[in-house]
Amino acid sequence: MQEFKGQAISWELREGVVELLLHRPPCNELGSLSLTELEEFAAALDDVEKSAHALIIHSELKSGFCAGADLRELYERSETMGKSAAVQGVRDFLERIHRVLNRIDESPLSTIAAVHGVTFGGGFELALVCDLIIADKMARFCFPELRLGLVPGFGGIPRLKRDLGNAVVRDLLLTGRSFNAAKAQQIGLVSQVVSEAEALRAARATAAQMGKFDRATAAAAKAFIKPIPYDELRREIDIFCDLFSRPAVRAGLKKFVESTDAQPYLP
Amino acid sequence: MQTLDHTLDEILNLAAVHFKVPREKLSPDDDFFKTLGIDSLQTLDLLTRLENHFHVELPDYELQGVTDFRTLAGKIQARL
Repeated sequence: MQEFKGQAISWELREGVVELLLHRPPCNELGSLSLTELEEFAAALDDVEKSAHALIIHSELKSGFCAGADLRELYERSETMGKSAAVQGVRDFLERIHRVLNRIDESPLSTIAAVHGVTFGGGFELALVCDLIIADKMARFCFPELRLGLVPGFGGIPRLKRDLGNAVVRDLLLTGRSFNAAKAQQIGLVSQVVSEAEALRAARATAAQMGKFDRATAAAAKAFIKPIPYDELRREIDIFCDLFSRPAVRAGLKKFVESTDAQPYLP
Repeated sequence: MQTLDHTLDEILNLAAVHFKVPREKLSPDDDFFKTLGIDSLQTLDLLTRLENHFHVELPDYELQGVTDFRTLAGKIQARL
C-alpha cells in the first residue's frame, strides 16, 4: 500500500519518503481511533520500508503537533468500568501504543518529527520516537502528567533519558513546565528551529539529504547511535498502571476534563 | 536595559497585532484572558510569542495567577 486515508491519520509514500499526517481535531489527541490507525500504519511499515528511506510525522492542524493522550476518552471509559477493569484497559492501551511506537523507533528508515504548536505529553512522546525533531519557532513542549497523578506512559521518560541529561529530564518531569523551541534546541532535543509553518518544508529537505546515502549504512548507523531502552519502557508501563489505580488519578482526570480554566495544563 | 513601561508597551502592541484587537482597546490593567478572549491553546501561543520576542524563558508556574498585562510585563522585565 502506498497511501492510507483515515479519520485521525493519513499517510502517503512519495519519492522514497513516507509522510504520516495527523489530522484529528482539536489537537490530535491520541485515543482508541488514532491508535487503531497507527497500528495499521505500523503493520504497513514492513512493506513501506522496502521502497522508502525516510519517514516524516507532522500535523495539519493549526493548534499543534499533538496534545497527547485523549484524556476525555480515558476518563469517560474509566468511569464506566470497575477499578481493576479500568487499570487493565489502560494497560492494554499502553501495550498497544508501545508496540506501535517501538516499531517506528526500530524502523531502519530515517525518521523526522516536524512539529509546531502544542507538542505535549503523548505528542511529545511521539516526537521522541523519531531520529530528529525539527520545530517551528512556535512549538512548545511539555510533560504535564504529574498534574494528573501520573507519569508519561507512551515511552516518554526512557526516551527522554536516552536523549538528554538528567538536569533537563528531572526539570521537565518534576515541574511539568512547558518550554519553547529555542530552549528545546539549546538542550539538544531539537536539531533545527525554523520560521512559523516551515517545519515540514525543512523536514522534506532533510529527508531528501538523508536519501543520498546507502540505506544499509544509514540503518546500521541509526541502530548504533539510537538504542531502544526496552527494559525501562516495560517498567514505565508498570509504574503508570500502579499509579493509575489510585483515586487521585480519577480526580485529576475529572478536574482536567471539566476545567474551563485558560491554563488547564497547569497543576 | 529597557524600562518596564517600554516592555509593557511592546506586550500590548504584540497582543493587539497577533490577536487582531485595536491597540487603543488594550490597557495595562486589563485581564488579558477576557480582553483578548483567548483559550488555553491561545494562551500558550501568547506565551511563546512573548518568549520569542523578548528572548526570555518564562516558566508557566511563574505566570500562574497572572491575568493582567502590567504584572505580565513585570515578570518579563525580571528576566531581561
